[in-house]
Amino acid sequence: MAADRAVRTARVSERLLSPRVLVPTLLLAVLAALPLLTQAFDQRYLLSVGTRVVIWSIAAVSLNMILGYGGLVSFGHAAFFGIGGYAVGILSAEGVQSGWVQWPVALGASILWAALVGALSLRTRGVYFIMITLAFAQLVYYLASGLEGYGGDDGLNISRSRFGGLIDLRDKASFYWLCFALLCASLWFCGRLANSRFGTVLRGARSNELRMMALGFPVFRYRLVACIIAGAFGGLAGILLANEGAYVSPAMMSWVKSGDLIVIVVLGGIGVRFGPLYGAILFFALEEILKPFLDMMHKGWGEYWQIVFGPLLVIIALYARGGMASLLKARE
Amino acid sequence: MEYLLIQVLNGVQLGLLMFLLAAGLTLTFGIMDLVNLAHGSLYMMGAYIAWTFVTWTDSFVLGALLALPATFALGVVVEAVVMRRLYARDHLDQVLATFGLILFFNELVRMIWGPAGKSIAVPPFLSHTIEILPGVPYPAYRFALIVVGALVALLLAWLVARTRLGMLIRAGASNRRMIAALGVNIELLFSLVFGLGAVFAGLAGLMAAPISSVKIGMGDDILILAFVIIVIGGIGSIKGAFVAAMVVGQIDIVGRAFLPELLKAFMAPASASAAAPAISQVAIYVVMAGVLVWRPTGLFGQRA
Repeated sequence: MAADRAVRTARVSERLLSPRVLVPTLLLAVLAALPLLTQAFDQRYLLSVGTRVVIWSIAAVSLNMILGYGGLVSFGHAAFFGIGGYAVGILSAEGVQSGWVQWPVALGASILWAALVGALSLRTRGVYFIMITLAFAQLVYYLASGLEGYGGDDGLNISRSRFGGLIDLRDKASFYWLCFALLCASLWFCGRLANSRFGTVLRGARSNELRMMALGFPVFRYRLVACIIAGAFGGLAGILLANEGAYVSPAMMSWVKSGDLIVIVVLGGIGVRFGPLYGAILFFALEEILKPFLDMMHKGWGEYWQIVFGPLLVIIALYARGGMASLLKARE
Repeated sequence: MEYLLIQVLNGVQLGLLMFLLAAGLTLTFGIMDLVNLAHGSLYMMGAYIAWTFVTWTDSFVLGALLALPATFALGVVVEAVVMRRLYARDHLDQVLATFGLILFFNELVRMIWGPAGKSIAVPPFLSHTIEILPGVPYPAYRFALIVVGALVALLLAWLVARTRLGMLIRAGASNRRMIAALGVNIELLFSLVFGLGAVFAGLAGLMAAPISSVKIGMGDDILILAFVIIVIGGIGSIKGAFVAAMVVGQIDIVGRAFLPELLKAFMAPASASAAAPAISQVAIYVVMAGVLVWRPTGLFGQRA
């Protein structure tokens, strides 16, 4: 009996020490302590990079729900940045500063948009799906740039959401911790979702839609619900992004941002729970590393870092499909 | 009435330009099953290469004639280095890789030609206006664009419908493996088709240069429109691309030319002229969404 228990304990500790558990735990621990670390080393700039990494991670977690688990390549996910952001921005411009009003309205708008786009786009397949989601995102983009009363192309300066005395979003560290807490919540939710019956059906439909339909699952409805859930988290990221810069503009939902989100999800590992987090860290770190590195090789080259980053994406697409997460897979 | 005629002609001109871009895209899409986001980069490279040759030779026609084989060569090289490896991959990989290529080309242009835009002057022999109807003047250069665009469209239609190469292209679009099994050198065919698409994109870029400007990222926005066009028309269908390009061209021009007047009836003039282009862009995407909801594989599309 005792020997049995010892073996079991050994197995558990082995599992806990495997890279798949250790790496995300350590990463989250570092992220949790980031405001303290940046204060200790007097690197304020890093905290604002960190905040953006965390917010983009939330958006990438949201995209991973449909792209990773559902196999639905949405090329218009940045629209949720815009819808969440503009809901906050417009309310703020109209004098409604309370986060208790702004945030639910923004989430509601994102959910409505996700339901509408999902219901129409899910009728199409493959490339047509990629393109119709892109088209809907462009639609919001041009709508926002036509909103002359709210800044048009130039965007809109806003004041940050107010939550009474509960939390002050202007304080960089508190705002970061709020974003971090929301990231943890979305990672937890995404993990639960993926392992639930719902997530299993979604993944089943990814690998064989026809079979799932033959088994009697209403695949369309499952996918629509997945789109709506992802939309809510995408809108959340938009709300945070608007509050981070105290600014919203059509540029936050340009199609390049949707592309960046896909890049992040693929970089991290498609359909892996912590993949979006790895991807976002790598995506932002590459910029911060490539610039000084190229500058070191030749003064002034740092400005052209994308000339290295672009081909790097090509190589990743061609040869490193599993993303960062595949590096952590236990070699059994 | 004359204003209407001129605007319709502008719409036709814009539509033909976008058709040139969309034709290459729909061919690579239909035959190689390749989502090529970097097609807009070829459009941009075509314009920049043309700018270089035009400045060098001091002649628009000579510069254009030199730029076309150069874009063909560029297309063939890009195909051999990157695209060839992507045909068998799923669309997500293709999106990622060609997205990387866009970043690469935008940065390359910034390194070689600098961040400031360039401009190509309208060639002197086309800088006057002509009378399309008695008393209705129209810029000769824009009219030349319509003529060249229409000629290229006809050439393409002839190439696809009447020649051996076109026969292979059509066969490739309906069943790639079958024509490979029949002994057609499919790699050569793919290289040719991709090079052809690059030439059309480059041609569109250099023809658009005198009426807009040559700048970084110029291909990105028009690429999205080209995608909208081929999706409306049905992927792989040249005819569909042509019809859709004409429709999109007209919507765009109607939005720019007539909407501001219409909106001024119930809006402040300043916000009306700001909202009109946005509304015409929105209208294009609404049309696309409508077509896809009605026909999920586009107007002339065959397969999903």
